[in-house]
Amino acid sequence: MAASTPVTDFRDRGVRLLPLDPLLLLAALGLTAASLYIVGTATQDDIPGDPNYYVTRQALYAGVGILLMLIISRFDYSRLREWKIGIYGTMIGAILLVYALGFSARGSKRAIEIGFFNFQASELGKLLLVLSLSAFVVDRMRRLGDRETTSRIMLLTLIPAMLVIGQPDLGSGLVYLAIALAVLFVAGTKWTHFAALGVIAVAAVAIVLVAAPAAGVEVLKPYQVDRLTAFLNPTNNPKKEGYQINQSLTAIGSGGKTGRGDQATQTRLDFLPEHHTDFIFSVVGEELGFVGAALVLSLFALLIWRALRILTMSKNLYGALIAGGITAMLMFQVFVNVGMTIGIMPITGVPLPLMSYGGSSVLVTFMALGVMQSIYARARETATVKGL
Amino acid sequence: MYLDNDRRPTLTPQLAVRVALIGGIALVAFAVIFFRLWYLQVLSGDRYLAEARDNRVREIKVQAARGEIVDRDGRTLVDNRPSNAVVLSPDRLPADLDDRRTLYRRLGKLLDIKPGALARDVEPQLAALPYSTATVKQDVSNQLAWYLLEHRDQFRGADVERVFLRSYPHHDIGAHLFGTVGELNAKQEKDPRYRDVDLGDRVGQTGIELQYDRYLRGRNGASRLQVDAMGNLNRRLNKRDPKQGRQLRLSVDLDVQEAGQEALAGGTGRGAFAVMDVKSGEVLGLGSQPSFDPNIFSKGIKQRDYARLLDEDNGAPLTNRAIQGGYPTGSTFKLVTATAALESGVITPDTPLFDPGSYTVGDTVFENAGKVAHGTLALRQALTVSSDVFFYQLGDQMNSNGDGLALQHWARRLGIGRNTGIDLPEEQPGLLPTPKWRNALFKAGDTDRVWTPGDNVNLSVGQGDLKADPLQMAVAYAAIANGGRVLRPRLGQRIEDSSGRAIQQLEAPTARRLKIPAADRQAILDGLRGAASAPGGTSTSVFQDFPIQIAGKTGTAEKGEGRADQSWYVALAPWPEPKYVVAVTDEAGGFGADTAAPMARRILAALFNVKENKLVEGGGPSD
Repeated sequence: MAASTPVTDFRDRGVRLLPLDPLLLLAALGLTAASLYIVGTATQDDIPGDPNYYVTRQALYAGVGILLMLIISRFDYSRLREWKIGIYGTMIGAILLVYALGFSARGSKRAIEIGFFNFQASELGKLLLVLSLSAFVVDRMRRLGDRETTSRIMLLTLIPAMLVIGQPDLGSGLVYLAIALAVLFVAGTKWTHFAALGVIAVAAVAIVLVAAPAAGVEVLKPYQVDRLTAFLNPTNNPKKEGYQINQSLTAIGSGGKTGRGDQATQTRLDFLPEHHTDFIFSVVGEELGFVGAALVLSLFALLIWRALRILTMSKNLYGALIAGGITAMLMFQVFVNVGMTIGIMPITGVPLPLMSYGGSSVLVTFMALGVMQSIYARARETATVKGL
Repeated sequence: MYLDNDRRPTLTPQLAVRVALIGGIALVAFAVIFFRLWYLQVLSGDRYLAEARDNRVREIKVQAARGEIVDRDGRTLVDNRPSNAVVLSPDRLPADLDDRRTLYRRLGKLLDIKPGALARDVEPQLAALPYSTATVKQDVSNQLAWYLLEHRDQFRGADVERVFLRSYPHHDIGAHLFGTVGELNAKQEKDPRYRDVDLGDRVGQTGIELQYDRYLRGRNGASRLQVDAMGNLNRRLNKRDPKQGRQLRLSVDLDVQEAGQEALAGGTGRGAFAVMDVKSGEVLGLGSQPSFDPNIFSKGIKQRDYARLLDEDNGAPLTNRAIQGGYPTGSTFKLVTATAALESGVITPDTPLFDPGSYTVGDTVFENAGKVAHGTLALRQALTVSSDVFFYQLGDQMNSNGDGLALQHWARRLGIGRNTGIDLPEEQPGLLPTPKWRNALFKAGDTDRVWTPGDNVNLSVGQGDLKADPLQMAVAYAAIANGGRVLRPRLGQRIEDSSGRAIQQLEAPTARRLKIPAADRQAILDGLRGAASAPGGTSTSVFQDFPIQIAGKTGTAEKGEGRADQSWYVALAPWPEPKYVVAVTDEAGGFGADTAAPMARRILAALFNVKENKLVEGGGPSD
């Protein structure tokens, strides 16, 4: 408590003086602009008589998100460490609330309706998990080498992960696991622990996909298993799971070097389902071609580079762990989502951060970037103070 | 406690390594994505672009009408009429069996088909070609079609297609020539000749329709529509008009064909005729009785009707007796025997032989018809009066001379026992009896005796095991009349556009040349001329008042077992420069002069535009 007082004083003295990482901001704004353009063109025929339905909403989400990002960046993230139990509890509570109140979209219970906004607790959970998990790890830094530490952290992760997988939202569950591994990794957990986790993961996958169905226990819904394995051989089942992958490949491939623009029939004629949400990258590929896809990927690369840089700059371990968790969250989602659209990753229902249409994802990503900016700001501030 | 844990150097070497590792993972992942994108978009872009185009374009087929078939004067023999077909589209058909049964019940009620029969008809079609429509009923009235289209929701999966059906304005005239049209079958689907044909399209399956299918079938048109993923019409792209098939002109003369079939129908009702140009091989008429109305095929024939058309008791109307008959030919075969005897040196045109009225081979006595004794005669006279004994002797001698196969060799050269090669796919070769054939049969236990000289004696007058048809006889007679060219008869004359302008002359088939001295041929022709004109000639009474001079031979084939004799006549006209050959047979017409000769006269009258006031009665000396 004693150490945090001067920081609070500093903030009180001049909010405007706090710096922001300009490149991180640039990448986020660039991706938002790309998202608005793509959502706008891809969905203009989706709602008859309301061509701007999705784009106006996405713009609103982005606006609110940017505002949240700027506000959060003004606060000292270090304070959040004290609230770790509350944050973790909020996360679990929100996920359980979805179970209780959630409405069903295509067989999945993932969101609660708040006004016109569908609140997806699993999205918010990604950020809350980073914040709380990082705090728990910091608490146990001295016993980081203990197996107990690693298992406790993994247990804390598996509880929300299993809950969201049960919604069922497999993608978010996997993001949670990626976050936990990244936090442990940045904290310095022994390699042997990761090796053991790897063995357990392989065994778990084998049990879920092979052993359990053989024994008659359904861990994943059959459609989830089909989706997971469809990418291995999309022509196997061209009508169902393979259809989505094939249409996505056709969309991206047909974009060629410079894209089809208005002639992007895969998107415009609705051959590609989910073109504004999980498969928005396919639309980028079709409408803007290799050039456009490369540009969007470059923005993501910029984002990840800056996030890693902030990780190394952080003034304290908590910030570093948060930065590591958020970086992993972004990386995992980008690679799994893009990999899915180009047929090298299974379909897991992971959105493309900042690009995919959807309030929860956009808001949470901006909030996470707000925390990143906060870490950056505190680090710069500390450096400036030291430099003085 | 927090603070202790949280205090750390800004960047430990360990953390640096781990951050570098995360960066490395990101780098590798980005590289993989970039390579994959390069592969998809830059290297395979064209392929995916084509796939995306395919995705959005639906083609709606517009059936092309088949070309018309006309006679040598351009008179329509086969044309098309538009009609409605009720079909089932598998992609819109209810998958649920109960729903489908409901549909069958409703459709059955509307179309007056028993639902069970409908299901039995349609389900195999759908199973055989899962992506092609299945036809429920052809030729549905406009009222029913409109009703169905207006109540589409009640008939989900059913649709009405505009199709062209073949129409035969002259009904049973020429029915055996045209053949049938039917949907592309599984075997044809793999045939490269049907590359451009889509599943479900109708192509020629038999007869002329099959023979000249590549000209007659048109090119389907298509409306290309852009559709969205749900199959909803987005906009029309373009349209390709259907192209009707080419018109086919046959050498058939409708009047001759009609006269021939009417003449046959006036007999015992079972028989056949062939009319051919002796120089070009063009067929002016080729008919078989009983006939049928091919219009019943275009609607999709009922099983019961089809069985009736195949039933022997009804005379199997689908059989084209002119090319599939397989009959003993009686004395009309004597032209073949004469040629063989002359060319193998058994006789000269003037060698006299004695005809005492009967001829004995071994212990079998062969007699002249009517047991007449003609006395001493040479070839011309023997043909004119149709002396069997004269030809028995030739047959017997040829059986013992050399390899004993002179008669068979020459019969075969003249086209007996083999396909003439006419442009109809269903031709049957018939049978030319040989020692080898009979002895093999005996060895297999299918007959009670081996070949004897008596077999050749029988063959010499066209009796016994011989199986030939009117077209083969026409070809043999034409060969003697035209200087020794064994022609390949043909019906197809040329391919035309719809206004009758020639596009392609169908290639005249090459003929087989036989070396027969003119004197020998002339002797045979003189004999035939005498038979139709000289006193005592077998058909003189039939043709003596006919304004066109002809040569011709009667034939009466014994069928045995108490069955009526088969009547034959082959005519060459006009004399002395024959232009046409007419061969007619009636399966139970008795003496050639009684039935077949008057039929030939009717056909010749049509051929030469002779107005006849009354039908000529048959009659004359027996042959």
